[in-house]
Amino acid sequence: MQSDNHNDIIDKGNSVISIRGLYKSFGTLGVLKGVDLDVYKGENVVVLGRSGTGKSVLIKILVGLLKPDSGRVEVLGKEVDKLQGKELDALRIKIGFSFQNSALYDSMNVRQNLEFPLKQNFKSLTKKEIDMAVEEVLEAVGLKDKVNQLPSDLSGGQKKRIGIARTLILKPEIMLYDEPTSGLDPITSIEINDLINDVQRRYHSSSIIITHDLTCAKVTGNRVAMLLDGKFLKVGSFDEVFADKEERIQSFFNYNFIQ
Amino acid sequence: MTKKFFISKKLDDYFIGIYNAYKFIGSFFKEAFKAPFHFKEIINQCYEIGLKALPLITLTGFVTGIVFTKQSRPSLETFGATSWLPSLISIAILRALASLVTALICAGKVGSSIGAELGSMRVTEQIDAMEVSAINPFKYLVTTRVIATTITVPILALYCGFVALMGSFVNINAHESTSFFSFFEHGFETITFLDIFTSVVKSIFFGFTIGMVGCYKGYNASSGTVGVGRASNQAVVLSMFLVFIEEVVIVQVSNWIRLY
Repeated sequence: MQSDNHNDIIDKGNSVISIRGLYKSFGTLGVLKGVDLDVYKGENVVVLGRSGTGKSVLIKILVGLLKPDSGRVEVLGKEVDKLQGKELDALRIKIGFSFQNSALYDSMNVRQNLEFPLKQNFKSLTKKEIDMAVEEVLEAVGLKDKVNQLPSDLSGGQKKRIGIARTLILKPEIMLYDEPTSGLDPITSIEINDLINDVQRRYHSSSIIITHDLTCAKVTGNRVAMLLDGKFLKVGSFDEVFADKEERIQSFFNYNFIQ
Repeated sequence: MTKKFFISKKLDDYFIGIYNAYKFIGSFFKEAFKAPFHFKEIINQCYEIGLKALPLITLTGFVTGIVFTKQSRPSLETFGATSWLPSLISIAILRALASLVTALICAGKVGSSIGAELGSMRVTEQIDAMEVSAINPFKYLVTTRVIATTITVPILALYCGFVALMGSFVNINAHESTSFFSFFEHGFETITFLDIFTSVVKSIFFGFTIGMVGCYKGYNASSGTVGVGRASNQAVVLSMFLVFIEEVVIVQVSNWIRLY
């Protein structure tokens, strides 16, 4: 399990995501209870934690799909929960969100899925420019031959790749991956991990990767943040986090490898 | 810790539901008159909706025309008034049956399909995917579909009326040897502009209701695949219920206009 992280491209003086004292609850159930995190330009931060600990809630708050109860969430210098309409859309174009189940549009083929965000957001683009953009992202995810297929004809791994390609077509500065390797076999998981690293290198993007897969965390993360009981218990490199003898961290580590 | 309710859970949910539906309709009018207009998607939806419902409307309209004529003949024969059949059928079909039959078919065929499609897009996060790509999913999915049903249902209702009259003509021609021109001449003698106008206005309301209910139920679906089925089912039941209420209200209003 070799780490392929690109620590050299991280700009530690430039925080693209800044979260302070973030609280979020659903009814009486508190999910996030005072989360603090900084993500720097060019950095991949992996958020680890058990199911239901609020990992996905955290990244949904970052793109404005959910509103925080309290706390300050800044993405690219803008307070997300204060933005509305065109301002929020302008920020969202700079953030790529890869969904757990890919969320490809069933009624559209791969090409239409990729063209759709581009055509809707940049009406002045010519057909040639759109075709070139589609070709570029398909090449980046290695699926040029699937351009005319429907999502239902793709495997789980291919859907994830096309989902990532659809976000890359808008050339985002920040990528948010929600469980990128869940439900995939080990070989396909390695391919997705490599793709995440390739995206970081090729597009110089910063990423938050939500997972409970330790291999993914080790291979893709420059830093790992362990989310437990609504708070980050430990943030640091993979080895630093799991060198901690805290019982819950160790049990998460051991459980993952038993799995 | 148990949750406290203002009145009771059911009544609270009922009033919250009404408030949410009111907000949903308000959002439609806000978005419908604001650019971008997605004309291509509206035309695409009109085509989809029209094509989906056309075979069933043709069959139902034609059969309705035949059956209604057959069932009306014995009563008129008693008075030796079978020559009134074209007028009677035309009034019944153009004033009431065509728009109602079309609305019920569209509620079942189109309403359920919109509810299921948007419901499945909601539970598989496709709507969220649009939102995070800076695309307004309400405008792209809801506004276009509601406009499409509002345009398409009246056209389908007029078509249904024509097909039903053709069905009636086939039956009358077989029994009374009435010619095509004679049938339509007699049929349209009693039809006024108000009859056609009321029927079209009714269908516009029906189309709006079917689209709006289908979209509302689908867009707010939850609880996975069970929620999709529920959204689709509720879209049909609620839109049919509302169509009947609208039918009664609009008939009362048009009768009132006729009187004055």
